[in-house]
Amino acid sequence: MSLVIIIFGSVILVSIGGVFAMLYRGIDRKLVAHMQGRVGPPIVQPFRDVQKLLMKESIIPDGAVSWLFRAAPFVCLITSALLLLYIPLFGQKALLGEFGDALLIVYLLILPSLAYAAGGFASSSPYATVGAQREMVVLMSYEFPLAVAIVSLGWRIGHATTANPFMFSTIAEYPIWSLVGPLGIVGSLILVFTLLVVTSGKGAKVPFDVAEAETEIAGGTLVEYSGRNLCLFYLADIIKAFAMSSLVVALFIPYNLSPLVGIGTPVLAGIVDGLFFLVKVFAVMFISISVIRTAMARFKISQVSWVYIMAMTFISIVGLILIVVDLIV
Amino acid sequence: MSLKAFKRALWVYHLNTGSCNGCDIEILAVLTPRYDVERFGIRLVGSPRHADVLLVTGPVIKQMVPRVKRIYEQTPDPKLVMVVGNCGIEGGVFYESYNLAGPVDQIIPVDVYVPGCPPRPEAIIHGVAMAWVKLEKAEQGVR
Repeated sequence: MSLVIIIFGSVILVSIGGVFAMLYRGIDRKLVAHMQGRVGPPIVQPFRDVQKLLMKESIIPDGAVSWLFRAAPFVCLITSALLLLYIPLFGQKALLGEFGDALLIVYLLILPSLAYAAGGFASSSPYATVGAQREMVVLMSYEFPLAVAIVSLGWRIGHATTANPFMFSTIAEYPIWSLVGPLGIVGSLILVFTLLVVTSGKGAKVPFDVAEAETEIAGGTLVEYSGRNLCLFYLADIIKAFAMSSLVVALFIPYNLSPLVGIGTPVLAGIVDGLFFLVKVFAVMFISISVIRTAMARFKISQVSWVYIMAMTFISIVGLILIVVDLIV
Repeated sequence: MSLKAFKRALWVYHLNTGSCNGCDIEILAVLTPRYDVERFGIRLVGSPRHADVLLVTGPVIKQMVPRVKRIYEQTPDPKLVMVVGNCGIEGGVFYESYNLAGPVDQIIPVDVYVPGCPPRPEAIIHGVAMAWVKLEKAEQGVR
């Protein structure tokens, strides 16, 4: 693939993905407001927030490590946007899909959180330091259930084909639901549940938003950020939530609508698949972010760790065992 | 510079300078489903660095003076200051008390005053609307 395609494709993909991610954040806020019996902000509210943050002054505190404080928001946004290039979006193949697979995504997902923590430590505020430490604890907590979910999916697909089972093209070619029997379907549903809960934590949403808890540590890692730097973190958060939901879609619902309906023309099929992808991502985001965020209150940091390290790990391993038993029986 | 985006996405930091908690509860009432200011894009934030509006309640007691100044300086420009309640405007029931450093506008510049003890939530929303009017006038003055 030529460099020109990669550069222009990345720019187009990230801007389209970013616009939809922001719209979805607006829809999320609207839905949460409706569920709480409020009217809620207009759907374009995230765009207004970004516009407003861009015209604000960016203050760099005296005690902060200046270069790290400035670099962290950029690293966070760039690594979040990078996710969009490796995950298949809008029913199409991922732009850099041939260079990276689902395991690469697991590692890439760590980087934005590390940037958050680095920015927090660099801001020299005690609130930000506490927030950054919590961010690291949460990061270490949800890594294991996430890895179990992805690896057991790849392991099962690896028994059906000799191709690299972690490539998104292989996952789309051999959807897990058509490979396994009844036990395996239960196991896969458990893995989907694990991934949905991890998505909520990755997006740093209530009840897992201990690192940014506004009411107890005044915004946590972001406490000293303002103006353009805050805007970059705001965008990165939105894009990361969208990418994480797209990952769940790419792993467990890799179906396209056009072959089922029987649309032959490539352009029309692309439009139908794109819209169907948006519906799938909406469903994932609605369950994993909006509903959980409305229904629950914030956990304490020890409870977040317990939920992920004990409960979710146990549940995901049950899912893995069910898939293994299904293959043996 | 789009002022429309600025005034439709105001993030508010609530600063208590010795209030009796009456106004603070009314401010929380503004966020509840009945009044729901989030439909105007208004959000309560936890840090003055994120804020566009400083919502000050209470007469300023002497020990709060350096803190009030510092929080005002920590807030990035452009910013608005709103005083909610009689105490912050002229002292209220604490008028001429020995431990007051005076009303809020003797310490930091104030844009909007919302009188009342405590003011009704409608009055606080009206105060935000007045802040929008002031912003519009400022914009016309700049052009």
